[in-house]
Amino acid sequence: MAQQMQAVLAGFGGQGTLFAGKVIAYAGLIEDRHVSWFPSYGPEMRGGTANCSVTVSDEPIGSPLVTEPDVVIAMNQPSYDKFVEEARAGAVVVFDSDLVTPEDVRTDVEKVGIPAARIAQEAKMDKLANIVLLGKLWDKTRFCERATLDAAICKCVPSTKPQLIEMNERAIEMGIDA
Amino acid sequence: MSEKVLMKGNEALAEAAMRAGCRYFFGYPITPQTELAAYMSKHLPKHGGTYLQAESEVSAINMVYGAAACGVRTMTSSSSPGVSLKTEGISYLAGADLPAVIINVQRGGPGLGSIQPSQSDYWQATRAMGHGDFFLPVFAPSTVQEMADLVYEAFDVADRYRTPVVILADGMLGQMMEPVVMPEERALEDLPAKPWATDGHRGARPHNVVNSLFLDAQQLYEKNVERFERYEQIARDEVRVEEYLTDDADIVVVAFGAAARIARSAVNDARAKGIKVGLIRPITLWPYPSEAIRACDAKAYLVVEMNMGQMVEDVRLAVNGQAPVEFFGRAGGVIPRPDEVLACIEELARKEVVSHG
Repeated sequence: MAQQMQAVLAGFGGQGTLFAGKVIAYAGLIEDRHVSWFPSYGPEMRGGTANCSVTVSDEPIGSPLVTEPDVVIAMNQPSYDKFVEEARAGAVVVFDSDLVTPEDVRTDVEKVGIPAARIAQEAKMDKLANIVLLGKLWDKTRFCERATLDAAICKCVPSTKPQLIEMNERAIEMGIDA
Repeated sequence: MSEKVLMKGNEALAEAAMRAGCRYFFGYPITPQTELAAYMSKHLPKHGGTYLQAESEVSAINMVYGAAACGVRTMTSSSSPGVSLKTEGISYLAGADLPAVIINVQRGGPGLGSIQPSQSDYWQATRAMGHGDFFLPVFAPSTVQEMADLVYEAFDVADRYRTPVVILADGMLGQMMEPVVMPEERALEDLPAKPWATDGHRGARPHNVVNSLFLDAQQLYEKNVERFERYEQIARDEVRVEEYLTDDADIVVVAFGAAARIARSAVNDARAKGIKVGLIRPITLWPYPSEAIRACDAKAYLVVEMNMGQMVEDVRLAVNGQAPVEFFGRAGGVIPRPDEVLACIEELARKEVVSHG
């Protein structure tokens, strides 16, 4: 059976869910797998919720829109509530435990809460809570080789801001250790 | 060869167009196509080209007319409501036999509609991109790689037949990222010569005229006939279609663009359940791959579109009553799910068992 991971990353606009999704997609590309990344692009993006669907697969990908994720990163309450509902049985749902209170009834998904924003803030990397959560997601699912994740970060950080590469890599480590 | 990179479909269209030698882009922003224009505005000047944001879609298409008349490779892009505004100019391009590329990253309609993906401009693209007797080649990409490959080829097809060419994409293909390998950069001096162009020649030859006004009925009639001879040649030589698992298929699904991706997933799921089903994906919507659809001689056809049922009419024309042709669609920006398509395939398979034992 072909291996496939379907992810939804969701939060408020500005929290970096689209960027974290792009890192997953690039990791898949580097390992020569089929990947797709599809953002929500409605008017709700300004200040409202933003999310993206990412699929990494051994087979060509049909719809890039993920409707039953087996992996979720949720960075706010509405995103958690919506996508924990849609998650497949056995899914891994990673969320910021300071921003999300799980009030759902799902018992067939693995819920992993870490205070990602606080962890990032304490390390003076305010905007990298998304990558801290991504590190935790990697720890739980091992969706690529560890080295691939760093290589993917290098691909996604703009070449004009090389100093951000090292910070992102540290954020990954903090997520794994959290 | 270029490196494989992640790119949005809209960006891939822009980059590949530049590599095909497009140096003149005229546009007006509209979601979900805007990244294309943004990419052009950033990169075209670095290639010695001109990006111009016109004051309206009507203005942009007429700038394309002017640039095309001068013999350069030129393009405009928009999304559904904006394309409607361009249709007058597209008819003029067709009437003046000018090559150009027009991109429609479709959204839900009619009217201002939504900004979500749709395929509801199929009829417009294949039948009515403006007034008058004319067709134009319509390419329907289904992946980000095809966005790049087809726009690259579209410029050659446009030049070869002196016709505007449409790329009919949609918001899903425009917004999504996939790995893509860019085609080679074409050297401008290697592009086909255009002896008919109205470029400067310092009196070295008689004046060329580019025009779509022919007041003499007989002359205009002959123009139309000559153009339709070219259309016959296009219909003979430029049909493109992808067939997937059709060899032994009892049921054939027909879908294009983004809908074909979803249909393909459903076909795989149905195969896993033992149903003999295949997929025909038209890559050119005009000329239409009627022959390929007829030739697979299925017991039943299912057409899947992101609209209320448009291409299904072309499938019915192709099948010509020889087999039932059913339709499943979602419109207004709703994206169909593979399990919905699978349910239709299973229903058709049950009916086939009933009618054929």
